[in-house]
Formats: sequence, structure tokens, C-alpha cells
Amino acid sequence: MGTSPKCAASFIQPNPSVQIQINGEPREFSHASLRLSELVEQLALAPQRIAVEVNRQIVRRAEWEEKQVRDGDHVEIVHFVGGGENQ
Amino acid sequence: MSAPAIALTDQFKVAGKAFNSRLIIGTGKYRSYDEMKAAHRASGAEMVTVAVRRVPLDHSSESFLDHLDPALRILPNTAGCYNAEDAVRTARLAREALGTEWIKLEVIGDQATLFPDNAQTLDAARTLVKEGFVVLPYFTDDLIVAKKLLEAGCAAVMPLAAPIGSGLGVQNPTNLRIMREQLPDATIIVDAGVGTASDATIAMELGADAVLMNTAIAEAQDAAKMAEAMKLAIEAGRLAYLSGRMTKRLYASASSPSSGTIQR
Repeated sequence: MGTSPKCAASFIQPNPSVQIQINGEPREFSHASLRLSELVEQLALAPQRIAVEVNRQIVRRAEWEEKQVRDGDHVEIVHFVGGGENQ
Repeated sequence: MSAPAIALTDQFKVAGKAFNSRLIIGTGKYRSYDEMKAAHRASGAEMVTVAVRRVPLDHSSESFLDHLDPALRILPNTAGCYNAEDAVRTARLAREALGTEWIKLEVIGDQATLFPDNAQTLDAARTLVKEGFVVLPYFTDDLIVAKKLLEAGCAAVMPLAAPIGSGLGVQNPTNLRIMREQLPDATIIVDAGVGTASDATIAMELGADAVLMNTAIAEAQDAAKMAEAMKLAIEAGRLAYLSGRMTKRLYASASSPSSGTIQR
């Protein structure tokens, strides 16, 4: 981590951004720290009937407000789609 | 209308929940939401299955579930999983998102045939039952696997009729018949491979408690019409099964009295 460009930038910026892997895609957020509830809001996701994992652990909806998402975290957000059998 | 009379006396039960319809249908492959809704209505189904997928991040998306009649019971599935670990993870996410313990467990073993991986399915079923899930596993039409799934605590077993989406109909009626005879108390739901109404009837005549299908309805040129056909086919097959069919004979057996015919 010490040699990555992002770290060099963080040395200059007082409020470094965080990079989070969401559904396999890297996403930058311009906050030093981010709550899961804020992340869901920033992604403009309807919070009903989605489920969220952080680093493979399900975070219950009631805990989204408390849960801090940190630089390098892997977040999975799923919902339901049409399907009967293997799509 | 004879349907209510059947419904009151012959309900289909899974994990203590009673259904009047013995048809469970999928929500994939429809050409439009309107077509899907019309098919769902015409089918009389009370339970539909949905898949779990990553939300797209590039646009805010409406919930697919908003397109389903709120009266329908939603059965999430683990379609697309190729090992027990992914299936268990998907089931847990589905439970969290939907607040239901019910899961149609599907662990696929091979992309060309979409045949189930029975060993991985059994592994996943054991884990999920321990975690309090109502597990409905899709598996190969094999009596021994069915027994193991039931021993693991699955609420029902869901043998295939033919490969998923093939529309070939019941390929091995003997296996389904044996399964019914050997497991008289089990809830058996034939899942996958039905192509048209008569296929569904055959599955029910063999003693299945219900049939789950998707492609046969969604890929019909008139999905709602096929959905209605399936509803009637399931009812016909069920009634035929309950009625106790005649024994097959190799030779003819006259229905009219042999005496009293006019003589030449």
C-alpha cells in the first residue's frame, strides 16, 4: 500500500478518498470514512429489498447506519431479478 | 366452477403453508412485464420464483419485485450457483433482502446441460437447514438423492423432468413413479423440463404434488394462454392421480355387454 499512487495523494490531501470494491467494480468516495447507509444513498439505490455484504459478511439493514465502510473493503449489493431456473 | 371444491379438500402443503394451486412459476424470459403479469394471473399460481443478482451501479433501477402481484408468495432461488458455498451465500442474501426463510436451492454442475450437482446441493441443503431455511432443492430424478435430501431436512424435493428450458417433458416417468411410491409422505415438486400442458399432466399423474416451470410458459407464443393451459393440465393430472387410474392391458376389453347382440 505504501507505494501506491493513492497513498501518495493522501499524503497531500487532508481528507483522502476511499476506494471500495462494489460488486467487483472499484469506486472512489471523497470521504475519509463512509457509513454503509451513506454508501447506499450515494449509489441512489432503493433500500427496500436489497441485501448487502461487506467483506463477505451480511450487514443487516438495522446495522447500515453504524457500519463503517473502509478503504479496500469489498461490498456486494444484490437485488432480485426475473428468473426461474439458471439464467 | 369446480376449482374451489378441489381447493378445499386437496391443498398442496409445504412446510405447513397451504396452497390451492399446484403450479409454481418462474419470472424469467418474458418479453415484457405486462406479459409476465398476464401469465401469472392466468396460471392461478400462488408462488413465483425469482433470482438474486448484483444490482447495476450505473443507474438507479426499479425493483423487479414491484412488477409482481403482491399476493404472490416469492420464492427466491440460487440459480446461477455452481458450488455449495455460493448457493449458501446467495440464500443468505435472499433471506436478508426479502425476509423469507424459503429458498429454491439450485447448484448447477455443468453449463451445457444445467444438470444439478447433487453432491454440492446436498452439502448446501445441510448447511441451510441448520440455519433455519425452508429448503426446496432442485436435483436429478434419483430416489437415493431424494432420500438424502429429505434426511437432511429439506421441506420438499424437486426432481427434474428434463434439462432446464428443454421443454422435453418427463423423460423418466419410472423414476418419478418409484420416487412417489417409495416416498409417500414427501412433497415432490417436478422442476424443469416441462414443455407443454400434457407434460405437466403426466408429472401430476405420476404423483407429483406440484410442478414448477418457467420457459414452457414464457416462451409460448401466447404466454397467458399457455399459463391457463398449464393450470388446467395440473388440475387434470392431479384429479387423474387421485382417481386411481385403470390398469393397462395388452388386449382389448369390451365396454358393452357381450350378450344380447342381434343375431344374423
